[in-house]
Amino acid sequence: MLFRGLFNQSKEIEFFRFSNLLSYISLGAISASIFLFFILGLNYGIDFRGGTMFMVSSTQKIKVSDIRNSLSGTILGDISISQATNPLETLSAGTFGSTDNIFIIKVEKTEGINVETKVKSLLKNSVPNIKFLQIESVGSKVSSELVRNGMLAVFFAVISVLVYIWLRFEWQFALGAVLALIHDVILTVGVFSILRYEFNLSIIAALLTIIGYSLNDTVVVFDRVRENLRNFKSLPLLKVLNLSINNTLSRTIMTSVTTLLALFALYFLGGDVIRGFTFAMIWGVLVGTYSSIFVAAKILLILNVKRDWDEKDSKAGTQF
Amino acid sequence: MPQLSFFRISLIATICLIALLFASPNFFYNTVDKKINSPSQPSPWPDFMPSTLVKLGLDLRGGVYMLLEVKTEDVIREKFDFLWTDIRSSLVKKRKELGAIRRLDSSTEQLKIEIGNLDSIDFAIREIEKFNSSTELFSSRWSGSVTRDVLEINSEDNIVTITFSTEHLTALEKQVIDQSLEIIRRRVDETGTREPTIQRQGRKRVLVQVPGLGSSEELISLLGKTAKLTFNEVVSMDTNSSFPAKMDEMVIGSEQNTDLFFLLKKRPVVSGENLTNAQPSFDENGLPAVSFSFNPSAALKFGNYTKENIGSPFAIVLDDVVISAPTIRSHIPGGSGIITGNFSVEESNRLAILLRSGALPAEIEVLELRTIGPELGRDSINAGKVAAIIGGFLVLVFMWLSYGLFGIFANVALMLNIILVMALLSVLGATLTLPGIAGIVLTIGMAVDANVLVFERIKEEIKRSSSIYNSINIGYEKALSSIVDANVTTMIAAVILFFFGSGPIKGFSVTLGLGIITSVFTALLITRLFIDAYILFYKPKVLRV
Repeated sequence: MLFRGLFNQSKEIEFFRFSNLLSYISLGAISASIFLFFILGLNYGIDFRGGTMFMVSSTQKIKVSDIRNSLSGTILGDISISQATNPLETLSAGTFGSTDNIFIIKVEKTEGINVETKVKSLLKNSVPNIKFLQIESVGSKVSSELVRNGMLAVFFAVISVLVYIWLRFEWQFALGAVLALIHDVILTVGVFSILRYEFNLSIIAALLTIIGYSLNDTVVVFDRVRENLRNFKSLPLLKVLNLSINNTLSRTIMTSVTTLLALFALYFLGGDVIRGFTFAMIWGVLVGTYSSIFVAAKILLILNVKRDWDEKDSKAGTQF
Repeated sequence: MPQLSFFRISLIATICLIALLFASPNFFYNTVDKKINSPSQPSPWPDFMPSTLVKLGLDLRGGVYMLLEVKTEDVIREKFDFLWTDIRSSLVKKRKELGAIRRLDSSTEQLKIEIGNLDSIDFAIREIEKFNSSTELFSSRWSGSVTRDVLEINSEDNIVTITFSTEHLTALEKQVIDQSLEIIRRRVDETGTREPTIQRQGRKRVLVQVPGLGSSEELISLLGKTAKLTFNEVVSMDTNSSFPAKMDEMVIGSEQNTDLFFLLKKRPVVSGENLTNAQPSFDENGLPAVSFSFNPSAALKFGNYTKENIGSPFAIVLDDVVISAPTIRSHIPGGSGIITGNFSVEESNRLAILLRSGALPAEIEVLELRTIGPELGRDSINAGKVAAIIGGFLVLVFMWLSYGLFGIFANVALMLNIILVMALLSVLGATLTLPGIAGIVLTIGMAVDANVLVFERIKEEIKRSSSIYNSINIGYEKALSSIVDANVTTMIAAVILFFFGSGPIKGFSVTLGLGIITSVFTALLITRLFIDAYILFYKPKVLRV
């Protein structure tokens, strides 16, 4: 078949040749992400910030300025208006035909007035044939809870993974895997900070899936490392790690490609509502694949996992 | 050589057939949906087939999602107000010993009373303790299990602090929430929507989901009002709100005229709890009104009151606003009447609904409100379908190109995998949301992982070992550890998402979790069956993976 033998390279790739350089790049990217997070912050959606979001459409051509004019001068607080546009959207736009006239309006939470009714009546008067596709309103009490739950979820995911890997492998593996996860999560937050994509509940879901995926990748490599450590007792750790990565490389590429194929289909055809989510996932698959090799394995190398495993020492990791 | 036992084949075949059977209604969604909704009409969908459809989430079918919080603290504050009135009138009689008494400002969950004479603090506490077993606190509305010591009384210097015991507080809160749930349910049912979901969430929250509702305004106007109706005696009215109000009197504004204020007796003559019916109607001038009737005991009370007060006005108070204050023109014996006000037909309809369903025991606050129009839901389904089909197709082609015949085995397993997920979703009654569809698409991509792990191992073994069947056996054996680890870790993420996520996100975790289980099942059992059958029947000399 076409791709047969594509990954059957006989030569081993030396993954650790530039690994120091890549470590610095990773560290730099992490620092940059943290810096961006504190300087720029995230473009929080109403899930986390509170407020009201309107998704409206009209059969007539309208402009952002039209909407802004009709809402300005009222007691509503901070308003942001954006157009939902994507040239490929038309492929999937279904009932809308095109997204030319779909707008997303976000209004800050204002105490004491009914934002929904107010905005609705204002827009109904000024924009002809307006349709309200979606209205979401989140109070400040709930939004702060959602932030807390989201952070807790990511935290618990990382902790449970730490425990699981620890039980199944050795502590060096667990640390390597978890640092790789933290690397992925921080870089994802960083990319959301710089691209100003909306950070909402579904991005938290994406983060957790990224954790699952990245770990999946890391574990497959580690599994092979453990096996090779037993098989090649005299081989230096660096060689064992490199061999293991090479052993699992075709699987890593295959699974990344199939997952990315599905994700790209979702990104381009799945509609506007989950585009942020799929973007995060695509980024996560790329970063997660990178981190299993260049972060997780590298840390294993630095920590110098103990080599005196033999068959009798059954306490060291539960082998299935 | 591989063994193909009858048991193995029939077990796998049965599981697949059952899955196909239960997933099938979803592939003819509209036909089956029509059959469910109008069972009397003839339908092309046969009766012997299962007709359970995957439940679509609000984000896919459109509707209103509402998270409400019941302000139980209001009820508690009200209880303390009543208690204070009672305690005060009892202590005032003992003023000689106690000195001046007054209520101090405090948080809502306690009542603080300052006693003028520090020496008689113990006497005051004994007096207050008499209220501990008082049933006054629990008007018929709160009847239920009344525990004895409902009050906890503490003192510091000359200040007595009264709180409700924790058990009582919990019981009280539960009663308020239960009653609110019931009333919210009645009101939502009045809108005539199909299958609303109303459930308690956390300590004092209620989640209302109404599919198919295009706008939340109607729902808000129905749920936003407590609809506490009382008929009160009017002491006086004025355009100035600064009445010298006595202990048992209160000042309330008017709905029709913002410049008009009423001084009313606090204790109502009769109240909305005693209504047996309320219907929209019209008054003698043809203006919209609401007609009502009382139960017999309230009818008697109301009759007596009207008989004694002919010529003087009485106030109809709804949610602390006087909606009208008619003058009693004659004795009203039957216990029925009409409420007039500045109603539109719509408002009188709504008021009738509110009065019929009863007053909410406490105010409710809307914490979260999401309205999804039906068009957006339809569009999301279509987009999700297209993405799933295209994404799935790409993965199938890629697998075929990469692994040839074995790729096709994996592809059949992948399709069975999707069918299994659909069947499980239908049978478990789980809700499919847009992120849920994303979960399925993601599963399509990740489901092949287990197969890939096995195939890659087999490849390695072929290079190394001699026999074809041995390579396959060892390939499966060695890949198992990786498959387990890889899927357990993703499962951890899915489970955590399920517990922390809300609404649509939960839907994602469900499809992701189910997808993991089914993908391991299909990879380890179904693909293996195909491979074994292939080896057994074709006896290939060379294995090309």
